[in-house]
Amino acid sequence: MLRAALNRLFGMLVVMALVVTVVFVIVRVTPGDPAAVMLGPDASAEDIEQLREKLGLNGTILEQFANYVAGVLRADFGQSIFLGQPVTQALMDRAEPTFFLTIFSLLIATAIALPVGILSAYWRGSMFDQAATALAMFAASVPSFWLGLLFIQFFAVHLGWFATSGYGGPGTPLFERLHYLVLPAFALGLVSSALITRFTRASMLDVLNDDYVRTARSKGMGEWRVVLKHALKNALIPILTVIGLTAALLISGAVVTETVFGLPGVGNLVVSAVLRRDYPVIQGALLVIAGLYVLVNFGIDMLYLLIDPRVRY
Amino acid sequence: MTLDADTILSVRDLKTWFVTHRMTAKAVDGVTFDLKRGETLAVVGESGSGKSVTSLSIMGLLSRPGAIAGGSILFRDRKERVHDLAAFGPKDFRKIRGREIAMIFQEPMTSLNPLYTVGDQIGEMIALHEPVSRSEARSRALEMLRLVEIPDAASRLDDYPHQMSGGMRQRVMIAMALACGPSLLIADEPTTALDVTIQAQILDLLRRLQEQFGMSILFITHNLGVVAEIAHNVVVMYGGRVVEQAPVNDLFAHQRHPYTKGLLACTPNATRDISPDGERQALYSIPGSVPPITALPPGCAFEPRCKFALKACREAPPPLVSAGVGFSRCIRSAEL
Repeated sequence: MLRAALNRLFGMLVVMALVVTVVFVIVRVTPGDPAAVMLGPDASAEDIEQLREKLGLNGTILEQFANYVAGVLRADFGQSIFLGQPVTQALMDRAEPTFFLTIFSLLIATAIALPVGILSAYWRGSMFDQAATALAMFAASVPSFWLGLLFIQFFAVHLGWFATSGYGGPGTPLFERLHYLVLPAFALGLVSSALITRFTRASMLDVLNDDYVRTARSKGMGEWRVVLKHALKNALIPILTVIGLTAALLISGAVVTETVFGLPGVGNLVVSAVLRRDYPVIQGALLVIAGLYVLVNFGIDMLYLLIDPRVRY
Repeated sequence: MTLDADTILSVRDLKTWFVTHRMTAKAVDGVTFDLKRGETLAVVGESGSGKSVTSLSIMGLLSRPGAIAGGSILFRDRKERVHDLAAFGPKDFRKIRGREIAMIFQEPMTSLNPLYTVGDQIGEMIALHEPVSRSEARSRALEMLRLVEIPDAASRLDDYPHQMSGGMRQRVMIAMALACGPSLLIADEPTTALDVTIQAQILDLLRRLQEQFGMSILFITHNLGVVAEIAHNVVVMYGGRVVEQAPVNDLFAHQRHPYTKGLLACTPNATRDISPDGERQALYSIPGSVPPITALPPGCAFEPRCKFALKACREAPPPLVSAGVGFSRCIRSAEL
């Protein structure tokens, strides 16, 4: 177990090293002088030189790489060009709404998908199964921003239960800030639940016909125990995989939803950085998002190990 | 619902049908047999003969669209109460399964849950039916592993199924099945997936455990060699019906149905098949194949493959009649 974890950890480091290298290379292969591109045609030579210095574009390529890696290791991704603050600080300031939005939408998606998927498989072909399948198809085809707009219209504007957008001003208590996340979390969660539901159903259908499920029944246990203890645990590996992938997608994919709901999250930061060519921010955000992806995958791998004694790394 | 005092299971005119809107498959169609206390009854037949469906009907483990369409399955529990399992609902079965009737299956590789240790799976059986603590369940599971002669049982208790061989897994299945001391064990082809040497060990073990616990065994198999090893009485099935029934010695001495004769002739036999000068005889096989259960001939189900068939055999299904000490579903049984 420990050995497998170390193995995976090593794999993670290799992936991160690759990501860091790729992010470094991207800026260097941008045609022309990135500093000049960023500042536009009207910039003076001094301004460009100053920005080159700031971006760490002076010196040999190896020196640049060494400086850059040293910075990354200290969690120093440089200075944002437009925000007037370090990239790390900018990311930290915007991490909270994105973090909670991801967690809540994932919880909502899973809370819907697991029971619906399990019951769909158990009652295969029933009215329930057909209705669930139709709803999942619908949820999968609806863009989350459209669902978000619909939610705003109905729950915020019409019923007035929630604010239409934003995340409260500075000094708003945590609980109130979280209140702003209810609508976006449901919009994202409902859409993400479709895929997890389909995977849960398919995976459960596979195992419900397995011999050990029949053995479990022959021991005289109740149906729910058969389904939840003996079948579900065996069905869990593909389900966990898709939950992990969904989590990773949510981290990076909440951009649109954040924009619709006016949430000051990482997604929002990345969008404005791209529009303004704020390279240090883009690089920093890329690294953080890639890091979270890798972490989520590591977590899923560890869960595999806990669930299935046959898994070896 | 009367049952002889020494009869533990009485299947009477059992009909298990698979009904869909397109067709009705009568997988089991009027099967009758009795199983006495402490005895082994072998149910023999090819794939599609209805032998497995019969055992699943007794356990209430039929999967849709299979359902019991008629007849009764009388079972005497340890408190001498007689139940009709054919009329049981899911809740009733939970009290019988595992505790009164246990089952082992053909595939030991897939019949155990790969994600739980064998100790857990045996312990779970005990905890389901008896008020035991975790540690009691564990020590009982260990006791059961020793009983089925798993070497170094204490160290295997925390093994997962994939760490064991097929023979060992079947021993674990047996340990689990017998953990609550059931009075009836249904063994559905328990040795079919195993090597011959392992097969013999498992049969030996079952025989010894039967002597020790006095349980009855309903042994489903297609292998007449295995029948000779373990059974007291034999039921031969074909096309969802019983075609012959007899005590094991009488059956091997004198078959009263052409199908049983054919089955026995199909069984490889070294002394018969190789003559002293080393010449090999061609192995006999019954001509034709088992008809699909949805398209049985109107008369005797075996008639199209039978070399003794008469015109009368094609007209109506023959009844099961007394033949020798047993029964045969053949109008020419007296001549055979």
